[in-house]
Amino acid sequence: MKFDTPAGQNPIDRLAVVGQPIERIDGRLKTTGRAPYAYERHDMVDDPAIGVVVGAAIAKGRIGGIDLAAARASPGVLAIVTADTAGTLQKGKHNTARLLGGPEIEHYHQAVALVVARTFEQARAAAMLVKVRYEAAPGRFDLAAQRDSAPLTGDEGHEKGPLVERVGAFEPAFDAAPVTLDATYRTPDQSHAMMEPHASMAAWDGDRLTVWTSNQMIDWGRSDLAKTLGIPKDKVRLVSPFIGGGFGGKLFLRSDALLAALGARAAGRPVKVALTRPLMFNNTTHRPATIQRIRIGATQDGRITAIAHESWSGDLPDGGPETAVGQTKLLYAGDNRMTAMRLAVLDLPEGNAMRAPGEAPGLMALEIAMDEMAEKLGLDPIRFRALNDTQVDPAKPGRRFSQRRLVDCLEDGAKRFGWARRAAQPGQRREGHLLIGMGVASAFRNSMVMTSGARVRLDRAGLVTVETDMTDIGTGSYTIIAQTAAEMMGISVEQVNVRLGDSAFPVSSGSGGQWGGNSSTAGVYAACVRLRDAVAQRLGLDPAQAVFQDGAVQAGGRSVPLHQAAESGEIVAEDSISFGGLSKRFQQSTFGAHFVELSVDGFTGEIRVRRMLAVCASGRILNPRTARSQVIGAMTMGVGGALMEALAVDRTRGYFVNHDLAGYEVPVHADIPHQEVVFLDDPDPTSSPMKAKGVGELGLCGVGAAVANAVYNATGIRVRDYPITLDKMLDRLPRIA
Amino acid sequence: MRPFSYEVAASPAGAARAVASRPGAKFIAGGTNLLDLMKLEIETPVHLVDLQGLGLDRIERTAEGGLRIGALVSNTDLAADATVRRHYGVLSRAIVAGASGQLRNKATTAGNLLQRTRCPYFYDTNQPCNKRAPGSGCAAIGGVSRQLGVVGVSESCIATYPGDMAVALRVLDATVETIGADGDRRTIPIGAFHRLPGSTPHVENALRPAELITAVLLPPPLGGIHLYRKVRDRASYAFALVSVAAVIQRDRGGRVAIGGIAPRPWRSEAADAALGRGAGAVAQRLLEGATPTGDNAYKLTLVERTLAATIAEARAA
Ligand SMILES: Cc1cc2nc3c(=O)[nH]c(=O)nc-3n(C[C@H](O)[C@H](O)[C@H](O)COP(=O)(O)OP(=O)(O)OC[C@H]3O[C@@H](n4cnc5c(N)ncnc54)[C@H](O)[C@@H]3O)c2cc1C
Ligand code: SF4
Repeated sequence: MKFDTPAGQNPIDRLAVVGQPIERIDGRLKTTGRAPYAYERHDMVDDPAIGVVVGAAIAKGRIGGIDLAAARASPGVLAIVTADTAGTLQKGKHNTARLLGGPEIEHYHQAVALVVARTFEQARAAAMLVKVRYEAAPGRFDLAAQRDSAPLTGDEGHEKGPLVERVGAFEPAFDAAPVTLDATYRTPDQSHAMMEPHASMAAWDGDRLTVWTSNQMIDWGRSDLAKTLGIPKDKVRLVSPFIGGGFGGKLFLRSDALLAALGARAAGRPVKVALTRPLMFNNTTHRPATIQRIRIGATQDGRITAIAHESWSGDLPDGGPETAVGQTKLLYAGDNRMTAMRLAVLDLPEGNAMRAPGEAPGLMALEIAMDEMAEKLGLDPIRFRALNDTQVDPAKPGRRFSQRRLVDCLEDGAKRFGWARRAAQPGQRREGHLLIGMGVASAFRNSMVMTSGARVRLDRAGLVTVETDMTDIGTGSYTIIAQTAAEMMGISVEQVNVRLGDSAFPVSSGSGGQWGGNSSTAGVYAACVRLRDAVAQRLGLDPAQAVFQDGAVQAGGRSVPLHQAAESGEIVAEDSISFGGLSKRFQQSTFGAHFVELSVDGFTGEIRVRRMLAVCASGRILNPRTARSQVIGAMTMGVGGALMEALAVDRTRGYFVNHDLAGYEVPVHADIPHQEVVFLDDPDPTSSPMKAKGVGELGLCGVGAAVANAVYNATGIRVRDYPITLDKMLDRLPRIA
Repeated sequence: MRPFSYEVAASPAGAARAVASRPGAKFIAGGTNLLDLMKLEIETPVHLVDLQGLGLDRIERTAEGGLRIGALVSNTDLAADATVRRHYGVLSRAIVAGASGQLRNKATTAGNLLQRTRCPYFYDTNQPCNKRAPGSGCAAIGGVSRQLGVVGVSESCIATYPGDMAVALRVLDATVETIGADGDRRTIPIGAFHRLPGSTPHVENALRPAELITAVLLPPPLGGIHLYRKVRDRASYAFALVSVAAVIQRDRGGRVAIGGIAPRPWRSEAADAALGRGAGAVAQRLLEGATPTGDNAYKLTLVERTLAATIAEARAA
């Protein structure tokens, strides 16, 4: 099905099942420990051997030699894979550095060997015996030091055009503006730090390879695994029905899957590999650090006349930038605009997407800048944002936002949160030694769509089975897909069986960029439209008239039980949704507002969040319960990003030093207070037949700045360098007796 | 992790003898620190002597009116003990400020005293570290050192003793009771228990080889207001950036010890004597001769401000 005109009325609009707060259909499996995760697929493979990855001990240079004698002689060892023995390997399309290093080393903890043994303990002990002689080479590890040499760059989908994007004439307008801000902000490298590590189990059957893995994008992973191994894609099967979190860290083929495949080949038996926690930080991808300069000029009455956002980030050679300036092209009005990105070469581990790539760090900067401007103008920060709302793409005023309820989000949130109680002057509210403040920020994330396919089957019992390679990374895909099929076929979710994450199923959008919920259900919608036609035909009913409801099909005064259609045999239908020009005609984005109240200890600078509220307008909410979980999880991640998460770079040794969960702190329960989430009614007929968008990333966008602005409101201290840890405030806290 | 053998000791002296007779042998108590380090091959004992079942898990009153805390008393039990809560509140508070409930259930009094540093380079066997591999150098000096020490450190090592419980023990003037392989018993004042690194940062305490901790002794109660203030980057489950253990008396005198800034819980008589003159005076004495790095210089300010917070809290109580 091609989606190229706005959706009219369709069966989803009944909202009998879709839009209802249905509990996760896979919840029971997970809470009872029966959801099969990759490393535990003992139902598929008996007694697999275990592979343990050896990571490079240097950040850059070469391997002079590897001595495997001691490791080989270690008890239980079955095979050792290194670049010398792995055969020719290509590099996956989505990988920047090679997944198996040697002789050249591109980053710290790049895999240099896999040791396969009978048990995990044997493999781990033997891995420590692999003796690698390194020839270290100097590298570039400091973004600030490389900043001046970083050339301009475009993002991945950059359409040909100038790398510095301009609307009007920024510089003269900025110079002429009566009120201006010119500030630089920094965001650190961050790690996805999801619960389940990268893990895979591989088995060969002749030249056919099956990999049970934990991957958000089955088709990308399958294609890149085939490409890397130099074998046809149809010989590779990837299975990933359950994923213990990803946040973008599992978008791509990673070393666990490749090395499990190579290890299984070398050992002649199935092998499973999980990355140890310390390897996850430097072996895999991370969100790159940014330096962002923002300039805003406005009239005395608060209208933005000039806005510029420039961002610097770094990556390995041939890598990409953190696209931190994207939202600034669209979020606020202003006739004169400039955005640009520069990309330095850094020899740190590979940077790549992490939840809301671009917007998450971009808004951490932009939304502090907006707060600073509002203060300079003497305007309430919500009023300032509302004044500069735009319903059109500022670069192409003829192109409207399909839906845009940013101001509604801000104003609705202000009422609910008690924003009026905020003191405009910072440092005014005290409770004993605690300084109390409130902050707000806009949330914004573009709404992307991806082609997505599904197969649906109706069986004799009237049960519908959906098969698609879509993944559920904890988001609720199983549930919203069941809801979609149930709504389309006029049955309940209990009558729908959903099978996900298998490359044997039709290729879906996968889970990334918050496109998965809308795109994958739209694919299921398309397949169900086909199934409905086939059912109506079998039953001799007019497909155009047929109403699917309460387990029956009705048309022309007749009502036939749905299962009758399959009496003579299962009916199978398959289709995919692809998206036409609507995203060109309309700017499709998701909006929200984040509110935060917190306290800062006047003695020590310890920051404790007290209350949070998110108001979101982001298309039709397919399931308010799972959507809320997405948003509160994202808000939690936002608090982490604001207050504690940072990969600590050793700028001489060239790696992230705090590579475990004791050193890389994420919020614990005690950090997360009362959270509230509100969804405004906002179905978007241009987004898909589902009229949905996504919330999984929107919930993170802006949270960091709302926290930072609340810290400022509490203390009068502006920290422009994340995370906002107490050491950055101590000198400016109130004097102590 | 390297293969190792294992035995359960039958008596305290037997445990010490078992370790003495096997080069590379170690005691294991709760295992919450030792096992983690063994998995990373930072510790590589060839033999473990398990201390469970030696009857070292009791808290008893001493003839002097203090407490004798068995080496194997769990952190949870110690923090919850009624006498400890009533008369040694600072100890109870310090313990519950540490780790997590699950860890405290397993962690023991002796194991907690002997927990090793959390310097990130100590944890990465690819990196030079004089504490882990004597003579290899110190990656933290000139590296990432935001968590590390500002006083008592040396040119060989700037790591901290990371624990909480021992900071309270220091303020209480506890002593550590031990037994050697020869059956000799002795006590070591807590202030002399943890060693400063000097040029031998791998030597962390005053224990002799195979010497077993049997108990920690507390003197009679001090009275006063007991506080433990732990400052960290998140609300729970993190090591201290700075912590203050304090016992403050009505006359504003008292004692303080600081955690998170030195290779041992940090206390000085001169600082205690200055308590009546406020946090600045105390901090100045405690931090004399400090050698912070750029990354951790904030700890100097934080010590003073945390002391001020603690003193204010004591006055308000
Ligand atoms: C995730 C995490 C977070 C933590 N957070 C904190 C925190 O915030 N604050 C804090 O203070 N601590 C914290 N800890 C450390 C924790 O307190 C220690 O791991 C624990 O106290 C160690 O006790 P154990 O009995 O398990 O020691 P073990 O691991 O069994 O032993 C530790 C060492 O002591 C030796 N040993 C044990 N008993 C004796 C004895 N009787 N005589 C001689 N030697 C002995 C062992 O040989 C070993 O070398 C944390 C630990 C973890 C894993
Ligand atoms: S500070 Fe001490 S523990 Fe850390 S690397 Fe240096 S020697 Fe090792």
